[in-house]
Amino acid sequence: MGNVPSTVKHCLSYEQLIQDYPWLKRWLLEEKTITGHEYPEFVKIVEVGPRDGLQNEKEIVPTGVKIQLIDMLSGTGLPVIEATSFVSSKWVPQMADHTDVLRGIQRAPHVRYPVLTPNMQGFQDAVAAGATEVAVFGSASETFSKKNINCSIDESMLRFEEVINTAKEQQIPVRGYVSCALGCPHEGHIEPSKVSEVAKRLYEMGCYEISLGDTIGVGTPGSMLKMLQSVMKEVPAHALAVHCHDTYGQALPNILTALQMGVCVVDSAVAGLGGCPYAQGSSGNVSTEDVLYMLHGMGIETGVNLAKVIEVGDFICNALRRKTNSKVAQARGRTL
Amino acid sequence: MAAVMRLVNRSILSSAMGQKYVAYSSSAKAGVRAGQALPEKVKIVEVGPRDGLQNEKTMVSTETKIHLIDMLSATGLPVIEATSFVSPKWVPQMADQVEVMKGIGRKPGVSYPVLTPNLKGFQAALKAGASEVAIFGAASELFSKKNINCSVDESLQRFDEVMKAAKEAGVPVRGYVSCVLGCPYEGKVAPEKVAHVAKRLYSMGCYEISLGDTTGVGTPGSMSEMLEAVSKEVPVNALAVHCHDTYGQALANILVALQMGISVVDASVAGLGGCPYAKGASGNVATEDVVYMLHGLGIQTGVDLSKLMDAGAYICRTLNRKTSSKVALATCKL
Repeated sequence: MGNVPSTVKHCLSYEQLIQDYPWLKRWLLEEKTITGHEYPEFVKIVEVGPRDGLQNEKEIVPTGVKIQLIDMLSGTGLPVIEATSFVSSKWVPQMADHTDVLRGIQRAPHVRYPVLTPNMQGFQDAVAAGATEVAVFGSASETFSKKNINCSIDESMLRFEEVINTAKEQQIPVRGYVSCALGCPHEGHIEPSKVSEVAKRLYEMGCYEISLGDTIGVGTPGSMLKMLQSVMKEVPAHALAVHCHDTYGQALPNILTALQMGVCVVDSAVAGLGGCPYAQGSSGNVSTEDVLYMLHGMGIETGVNLAKVIEVGDFICNALRRKTNSKVAQARGRTL
Repeated sequence: MAAVMRLVNRSILSSAMGQKYVAYSSSAKAGVRAGQALPEKVKIVEVGPRDGLQNEKTMVSTETKIHLIDMLSATGLPVIEATSFVSPKWVPQMADQVEVMKGIGRKPGVSYPVLTPNLKGFQAALKAGASEVAIFGAASELFSKKNINCSVDESLQRFDEVMKAAKEAGVPVRGYVSCVLGCPYEGKVAPEKVAHVAKRLYSMGCYEISLGDTTGVGTPGSMSEMLEAVSKEVPVNALAVHCHDTYGQALANILVALQMGISVVDASVAGLGGCPYAKGASGNVATEDVVYMLHGLGIQTGVDLSKLMDAGAYICRTLNRKTSSKVALATCKL
């Protein structure tokens, strides 16, 4: 309240205001967001189903199905669809067809198709295949970094720096991910300061957006709040995204908390594709359908057509011969 | 000006809800708003043995029901809805109401309310040893007619005699309002209608009103709108939320309710009880998932999560079904 003139401060007793302006009460009460919380008017959904989702599905999906999935998603209004990952097929067999996928999809105007590029080799392959946006993956946990990509956080940052610098030269935007932002399957609790340190590094290196991932879904609104408070000291809210896993059912309240904190980019996966490699049989990514249902119910715009996303979910679940993880899809499919 | 409006909005809210919750200055960043004062303690009302089992297809033996309730009694849950004194013609699952009531071990300090849809049910409940009862109203006329064959006003009149008898017997009564965020027949339900029914139940003498999102269609948007209307008529410390997770919105809705001052949450162990209006979909929110969230927020519940998961595992084994609790699913596979 530092910049508010003293006259306004004087007016700020509720009774005084209503006395002076009787019309104000009705106007205020008609406002949508009268819960003491503010929410962004628009939330950008980053659809990670084709990459993060399929990567964690046991069945290897044919290239044609991947392409069809992405093409269908392109017709839903989603602004960003993570298409594939230029990692070595030795590590991630599901993504072995990355070049064919990127070349095969029909790129809708106004839709972006970032791809993962863990190192220079991957970056070069991605660019050769026509990538116009890339993403790099850091971790807030040393142990996770070592076990996942076989190097320390610092070493990974050096690798990414190379990618980011080259990407800058070619005017290719880079998104940064921080995994284990709310807990690590090996280390357990992760200090919020560690998350902000990694987020800051990625942001300062040149990532335009940092997606903070609750990799094992252990976070709650309590830990989400603390983590975001720490990160927001280093990275502005408009450059942040949340990537919540629903392994413990906490994704939607965690996303809600992030929105209340001013975050307006949310990662999700159609049909909640992608299990959790650390809790066998459990769910992983939050379902795009369920996120959309919540956001639209709150009057938040996304530009995405929920009914079309449900159709896409049906398609990929049929192709994978599995049930959807989306509760909205389950309910809509069977409503009497 | 926007900053001024935000401050005034919060003042309206805190004055409507009493001064228990601190209003934040408008210079507060969004982060502080997200951390807006939450209750220190939340009372969990466990509805698995009644609302949960009532909506399970498999008939459960009396012994199983009693064992479930006894296991739940050991978890620290303060309230466990034990059974329902409705006619077994309507709800066969609750036909053994008297045996269940007489068979459970009543832990001191734990309350075991039972549903009593009419005076006959109330008298039978009292005879069987009930010391707390619950009555049900709907915020939707169509739902009321289809569910209990009378209008909302008529249903509340029926409850008048239950309330009278309960007062005389010194038995507290909890009131439920169903369809608070939407009706399977009417669709949208006006918040004012919910407030009207809640107010009636409260002024009739119910000590607490549980607001039920019967079909789980609510979102934080409609939840806050509805609570805004209801809390004008009923003090927030007499309100509870009963969220269904049919559309995956339950925990987000509960979080918003907590932020608005609610400190009583209904839930069902293992998320027992499907949704009769969306075949195959889930119903009640899982107690395990609620407790996990609350504890993560530093809110006390008095509940031992691992004992709760044991109770959930037991009933799922007996019902031969998978748990609907994500916490239970994740924890036992790590």
